[in-house]
Amino acid sequence: MEKADFLLVGVGGQGIVTASDILADVGLRAGYDVKKSEVHGMAQRGGAVTSHVRFGRRVYAPLIGRGQADFLVAFELLEALRWAHYLHPEGIALVNVQRLPPLAVTSGQARYPELEEVRQELSRRARQVHFIEGLRTAQELGNVRVAGTVILGALSTLLPIPPALWEEALVDHVPSRYVELNRQAFRAGRDLLTTVMWSEGVTGEGAAQPSGYQEAMG
Amino acid sequence: MTALTIYGIIPVAEGAEPRSRRVDARVGRERAAPDGAERGMALRRMLSGNEAIAQGAYEAGVQVGTAYPGTPSTEILEALSRFPDVRTLWAPNEKVALETGLGSAYAGARTLVAMKHVGLNVAADPFFYGAYTGIEAGLVIVSADDPGMHSSQNEQDNRHYAKFAKVPMLEPSDSEEARDLTRLAFELSEQFDVPVLLRTTTRISHSHSPVEIDPGYVRRARELPPYPRKPQKYVMIPAHARPRHAAVEERLERLRRYSDETPLNRIEWGDRKLGIVTSGVSYTYAREVFPDASFLKLGMSYPLPREKVRTLAAGVEQLIVVEELDPFLEEEVRLLGIPVAHGKDVFPILGEFDPDVVRAGARKAGLIPEEESPVEPVALPLPPRPPVLCPGCPHRSVYTVLRRLKLIVNSDIGCYTLAVLPPLATTDTMGCMGGSISMAYGAELAGRPERNVATIGDSTFFHSGIPALLNIAYNGGRTIVIVLDNRTTAMTGHQGHPGTGVGTRGERLHEIPIEDVARGFGLKRVFVVDAYDTRELRRVLEDSLKAEEPTLIVARRACVLLPEARATRGPAYWVDPVRCNGCGLCFTIGCPAILKTSEGKAEIDALLCAACDLCAQVCARGAIHPGQ
Repeated sequence: MEKADFLLVGVGGQGIVTASDILADVGLRAGYDVKKSEVHGMAQRGGAVTSHVRFGRRVYAPLIGRGQADFLVAFELLEALRWAHYLHPEGIALVNVQRLPPLAVTSGQARYPELEEVRQELSRRARQVHFIEGLRTAQELGNVRVAGTVILGALSTLLPIPPALWEEALVDHVPSRYVELNRQAFRAGRDLLTTVMWSEGVTGEGAAQPSGYQEAMG
Repeated sequence: MTALTIYGIIPVAEGAEPRSRRVDARVGRERAAPDGAERGMALRRMLSGNEAIAQGAYEAGVQVGTAYPGTPSTEILEALSRFPDVRTLWAPNEKVALETGLGSAYAGARTLVAMKHVGLNVAADPFFYGAYTGIEAGLVIVSADDPGMHSSQNEQDNRHYAKFAKVPMLEPSDSEEARDLTRLAFELSEQFDVPVLLRTTTRISHSHSPVEIDPGYVRRARELPPYPRKPQKYVMIPAHARPRHAAVEERLERLRRYSDETPLNRIEWGDRKLGIVTSGVSYTYAREVFPDASFLKLGMSYPLPREKVRTLAAGVEQLIVVEELDPFLEEEVRLLGIPVAHGKDVFPILGEFDPDVVRAGARKAGLIPEEESPVEPVALPLPPRPPVLCPGCPHRSVYTVLRRLKLIVNSDIGCYTLAVLPPLATTDTMGCMGGSISMAYGAELAGRPERNVATIGDSTFFHSGIPALLNIAYNGGRTIVIVLDNRTTAMTGHQGHPGTGVGTRGERLHEIPIEDVARGFGLKRVFVVDAYDTRELRRVLEDSLKAEEPTLIVARRACVLLPEARATRGPAYWVDPVRCNGCGLCFTIGCPAILKTSEGKAEIDALLCAACDLCAQVCARGAIHPGQ
C-alpha cells in the first residue's frame, strides 16, 4: 500500500479523536509518514466531528480533499451522508449503524435519513460499502465506550497491516484496566467484517450474506 | 550547573499511562542531541503542533510559561505544564501573561507566552514596548490564528503584528518544524535582543505529525544573570525610547540580512515554469496541488528574504503567492517590483484553506486543468448538527429566565454564547472578551426605555470584566450584571482561573470569589443564586430591575462536564405521558435530552439527562418528574 487517506466522522463524544490517534499510531508503526487533523474546541459540545488521517511516503497536507478519501469511517449514519463527497470512487465506506439524531430531529423539525438512503448514496460513490453494528457489539461486550475499538477492528481487516501491530498501538492508547476489554472489542470488530455482515461491491472471499444490513433495517 | 535528567518527552497527564512505554517506531539511527548533550536513539512520536511547541520550548531550556486559554492555542501551556521543571501559570488575561513573560525574560529566564490571535490584541501594549526594550533571555510569543473561525469572533491575520511591531516572525508547516522553530526562536530572540513571534494557525496547532525526539536528551538548567539595571534600555521615557526606536530600525535591517541567509527560508527548485512563495500550512496544500513547481518555502516570513524572492522570480517563468487570509507576502513581493502572476486574485482572502480551495484557485488561474467530474455533496437535505449547550448545562436555565423577562442581553465569550441560537435565541450583542458589561452600561447611558442585562462567564469576568464592573461601581447607574459561574474555563477544555483557585497542574492556589470582588468595589446589591433555581433567579432579577443602583448576580453551578457535577448527578427525569399534552414548552429550552415522540409528546433520553430539573420547572402541566 503506497498511501491511504482516512476520514473519520461522527459526533462529539463518540471517541473519534482517540480512534484517530490509534489509527495514526498504527500508520507510524507500519513505517508511513502520517498526518492527522481534527478541530477541537466547540466540537465537544455535541457537534459533528471529523478527523483526517493520512498515511503515505511523504504526507504534506494535514487535510484530505473532496473525492480523495480511500476510507470513509463513519461512526454515525447521518454523518456518513454529510461527508460522503470526500470518498474517492475507488474508496471504501465503513459505516457504524448508529443514529444520533441532532436537536432539529428530536424536536420534530427535521427528518433523519433512512438507512436505505445512506446505502444508496454510498454505493453510488464508493467501491465498497460495509455496514457494521459497532455499538451493539460493544454492548454485548459490556461497555458501549469500546464501540470505537470495534470499528477500528473492522477497519483493520481492510488494510494490509498486521493485526498485532494494531493491537500494540491500541494498548498504548487505553488505560491499563481496559486493555483486555479493548483487545476483545478489536477482535470482535475484525470478526464483524470477516463473518456475518452485509457489504456491497465486495467480490470473492469477502462477499457475505446481507444479514447485517437486514438486521439493521429491522 | 545542575544537569536535570528528564527525558525530553512530554509526560502524559496524571493518571494516564506513562509515555515512556510508547517506544514506537524507533528510527534506528543515532541523532545528535541538541545543545551537545548525550547522544541517543531518536524516537518518532505523533505530536500536535501545540505539543511540539511545548517540546521545543522545553528543549530550549524554557523556565517560565504563561498563557490565557484560547482555541487553538490552549494545549501549548497544558503540554508545557507536564514538564515538572518549568514554572507555568494561567494568567487572568493575555496582557498580564505577556507582561509577566517580559518580566521574567528581563530577569534572565527563557520564557514562552502563548495566546490565540485575538489574545494578542489584548496583549498588544506590552507586545509593542517589548519590541523596543528587547530582553535579557529569550522570549517567544506564540500567536495561534484561527482562519475559518472554528472558535473565534474574527479571522484577523496576525502576521501584520510582526510588521507592525517590527519583530521577527517564524511560521512552522508541521509539528517537526514547530518544535525546531520554537527552539530556534529562543536563540534568535537572544541573538537579536528581541521578542520573537511564532505564528501558527488552527491546522498547525491541532494537526499531529511525527516528531523525532531524543529520549537521552539532558536538559541543562540555565543560570540567572544579575538583574539588568539598565534604565536606558528598560525605562521607556521618551528620552530613552527615541534611541530605542533607532535600535529597532537598525535591528530590522540585520534581521533582513539574516532572513536572506537562514536555511529556514529555502528555495526548492523544481519545474521552472512556476515559482511559488508560501509559508505555514499553505505550503503543504501548495505542495499537494503543484508537486513539481519551484518553491520559496518561508520558515521566517517576516522580514521577507528579499534576495531569495528575487532569485526565485529570476529563475521561473511566473511567480505566484499562496497564502491564507491577507495578501501579506504578496504585498511585500510586489513592493520589490516583482510581478505576482497570481495571488489574492484567485486564492481567497476569506476563510481557511484546504487542498480543494488551493486547487480551485489554481484552476481559476489556468495553472491546472479543469476538473472532469467534480464530486458533489449529497443532495438530500441533511439536518445540521450545530454545537449545543450540553444537557444539564447551568447556562440554559439562566437564559430561559432572561428570555421570559424579555430583557436585552449583552453577552460575552464562552459556551453561553450558544444561547444566541434557537430555540433559546436570547443574545443581542457579543464582540470580545469582557465587553458585555460595558455594552449594557452604554445602553443605559443612551437612555433607552428597555432594560439591558450583561451576561459574562466566570473566567471571562476575571479576564477583562473586572475593570468594566469597576467603571459601573465608580460612575454609578443601575446596570445588571450576571456572572455565569460554572467553576471553570469550560469552552477551552476546563482550565483553572482565579475564581476556582486551580493552577496549570491542577494544584490548589488562592481562590478569589467573584462576589467578594464586587463587594470590594462597594457594590451593595450582590447576590449568589443557584443557576438551576429559575424561580429564585427570576425573583432576584425582577427585584433588581426596580433597583436604582447596579446589581451583580453570580449564577453559580459547576459545568455539567466537571467530575464534581457528574458525581452528584441525580437519576434521569421522566415524562408522564398521560399528563403531557404535547404543548412543546419543554422543547423551547433546547435540551438535547428531550425528544419528541411520534404523538408529538415529550420523552426524556435517560442516557443524556443530567437531572438539572429545568424541564420540570418550565412544564406547565406538571408532567415531568425526577427519576427514582
